[in-house]
Amino acid sequence: MATFERLETRQAPANTKGPIHWAKENLFSSVLSSILTLFSLYLMYITLPPLLDWMIFDATWSGTKEEIVNEGARWIFIAEKFNLFVYGFYPEELYWRPNLALVIFVVYVIGFRRIDNTKVRAFIILSFPVITYLLVAGGFGLEHVPTDKWGGLLLTIIVASVGIIASFPIGIIFALGRQSHMPIIRTISVIYIEFIRGVPLITLLFMSSVILPLFFPEGMEFDKLLRALIGITLFQAAYIAEVVRGGLQAIPTGQYEAADSLGLTYWKKMGLVILPQALKISIPNIVGSFISLFKDTTLILIIGLFDILAMVTLTNSDTSWLGFETEGYVFVTMIYWVICFSMSKYAKAIATKYNTER
Amino acid sequence: MSEQEYMIQMKDVNKWYGDFHVLKDINLNVKKGERIVICGPSGSGKSTTIRCMNRLEAFQEGNITIGKLELTEDVKRIQEVRRHVGMVFQHFNLFPHLSILENLILSPTWVRGTPRKEAIKTAMHFLDRVKIADQADKYPNQLSGGQQQRVAIARCLCMNPEIMLFDEPTSALDPEMIGEVLDVMSELADDGITMVCVTHEMGFAKKVADRVIFMDAGQIVEENTPHEFFDNPQSDRLKMFLEQILDH
Repeated sequence: MATFERLETRQAPANTKGPIHWAKENLFSSVLSSILTLFSLYLMYITLPPLLDWMIFDATWSGTKEEIVNEGARWIFIAEKFNLFVYGFYPEELYWRPNLALVIFVVYVIGFRRIDNTKVRAFIILSFPVITYLLVAGGFGLEHVPTDKWGGLLLTIIVASVGIIASFPIGIIFALGRQSHMPIIRTISVIYIEFIRGVPLITLLFMSSVILPLFFPEGMEFDKLLRALIGITLFQAAYIAEVVRGGLQAIPTGQYEAADSLGLTYWKKMGLVILPQALKISIPNIVGSFISLFKDTTLILIIGLFDILAMVTLTNSDTSWLGFETEGYVFVTMIYWVICFSMSKYAKAIATKYNTER
Repeated sequence: MSEQEYMIQMKDVNKWYGDFHVLKDINLNVKKGERIVICGPSGSGKSTTIRCMNRLEAFQEGNITIGKLELTEDVKRIQEVRRHVGMVFQHFNLFPHLSILENLILSPTWVRGTPRKEAIKTAMHFLDRVKIADQADKYPNQLSGGQQQRVAIARCLCMNPEIMLFDEPTSALDPEMIGEVLDVMSELADDGITMVCVTHEMGFAKKVADRVIFMDAGQIVEENTPHEFFDNPQSDRLKMFLEQILDH
C-alpha cells in the first residue's frame, strides 16, 4: 500500500531574486524593451541636467531683483509674492485664521484614519466646515472678511473642499435615485445627471453667476463665491453620482437579497450593506473625480474670482516684476502636483485599510 | 387540523416572468415543525417557490400566508414576515465588508433593536453551535465555503426565526465540505424548527425530511413521505428523475 509522505518546503531558486534579476525582468526582458530602456535613459540624460541646473543649481534663492546674476530660476519672485499667491487679498494681520484652519484640517485628516468610532468621525466631518467658515469668514467676535478679499491658494482649497464635501452626499442620493424602482425619482435623477454631464463646467459657472440672479427678486443679492460654489457642487454631484452608480452595479444581487431576507428596510440595507461596499470599490474613481475637480477650480477666474493660478497671472502684470511668468507657473504647477498626488496617495491608504477581501 | 397551525400556506400560487409561466397552481401547506425537502430538475421552479415564501420574488396570482400574516404588496408587511423567516442561499451571501461577528449582529441590532452586548452574546452562542466561534473576528473571505455557509445559518438563527428556508445550501460547496453543513442542518431539524429545503442531497432528504416534494415545469408533481417517495414513486416523471440521480 502506498503511503503519503509530506515533502519539505524548499527555497525558490537563487536566480529569481535580487536587483540584477529585477532589471533583467523589468528593463531588458526583450529586445524592444531594452531599446526603450536605453532610449529613456538617453532622454533623461539630455533633459534632467539642464532642468536641475535651472531649478536648483543656477537658481537665485535670495537677495533683491537687482542683484540677480545667475541664469537659472529667480525664486525671489515667489518669495516676494508668496503671500499674494497663498492668501490673495486677505488682510495680512488675519493670516493666522486660515493658517489655524489648515492646522485643524491636517489634524483631522491624520486623526480620521486612526479613529474608528463612527460618532467621532461624523463630528469631524460635520464640524470641520463650520469651524473653517467661522475662521476664514469671521463671526462670533472674529472680524468679518468679505469673500471678495479671499484669493490665491486659500480660495482654491476652499472652493475645492466645499465642492467635494457638498457634492458627495448629493451625488450618492442621485446615484440611488437612478437605481430607484420609482419611475418619477428615476427619471428626475437621469435627467439631472445627463443634463449636467452634457454641459461644460464653464457654462454652469456662467449660468449660476449670470442667469441664476435673474430668477431672484430685485435687491436680493447672492454672494459671488456662493454662486460659484453652487455651480461647482451641482456639477460635481452628477459625476459622483455616475461613479457611485458604477460601484452599486458591481454589488451582486445576492447582497441585496441577503439584506432583504434579514428584514432590513431600504435605507438600512443601502446604508449598512450596499453603500459601504459600493463606495469602497469606487474610492479610486471618486478620488480621481475629486482630483479633476481640484484642477477645474481654476475656471472660477472667468467669473472674477482669483484663485492661485489667477493670482500668478495677476502678479505678472506688476510693472516692477515683469517677465517672471515662468517661475510663477512652475511654482503653481508644483503646488497642484503636490496636492493632487497627496490626495491620490491618501485614497490608496484608505482603500487598503478598508480592503477586507484579503 | 385547523388552519392556524400551518406555518406556511400557499394557495393556487401562479407566477410569470414576462410571458413565461414559472409557477403553476402551487398549493403547499407546511405544519409547524415540519421539515420539507423540495427537489426536481433545474428550471422546475423549486427555488422560485421558496423565494416566494419570503417575498424575494413577487407572484401574480394566489396567496401565501406565513404564520398568521398574509403576504401582500405592503412593504411593512413583507418586512414583518421576513423577520420570522430565515433564508440560507446557495452562495452564502455574507457581507464581505463586515467581520463574522458583525455579520451576525447587524440584523438583531438594526432591525430588532437588540442592545449590542446582548446581540454579541446571542451571536457567540450560535457561532458556537455551528462550531466556528473561534473565527468570529475574521472576514468572510478568509473562511472556507463550508464555514461561510455555517456562518450564514448562524446569521439567520440570531434573528430567532420560526421558519428556515434553504435554497440549495450545499450546491456551491466542495464535496469535502458538504457534510459539515448538512450536519448543522440536521441538528437544526432535531430542534423542531420549521424547515423548507431545496436540495439535491437525497441522503439528507431520506434522513431528515417529513415530506419530500418533487417539482417539474413549475408544478408540484408528487409529494410523499421519504420512504414512499424513494421506494414507491407514483409518476413516471419522478421514476425517471430518481433513476437519473441515483444511477451514477
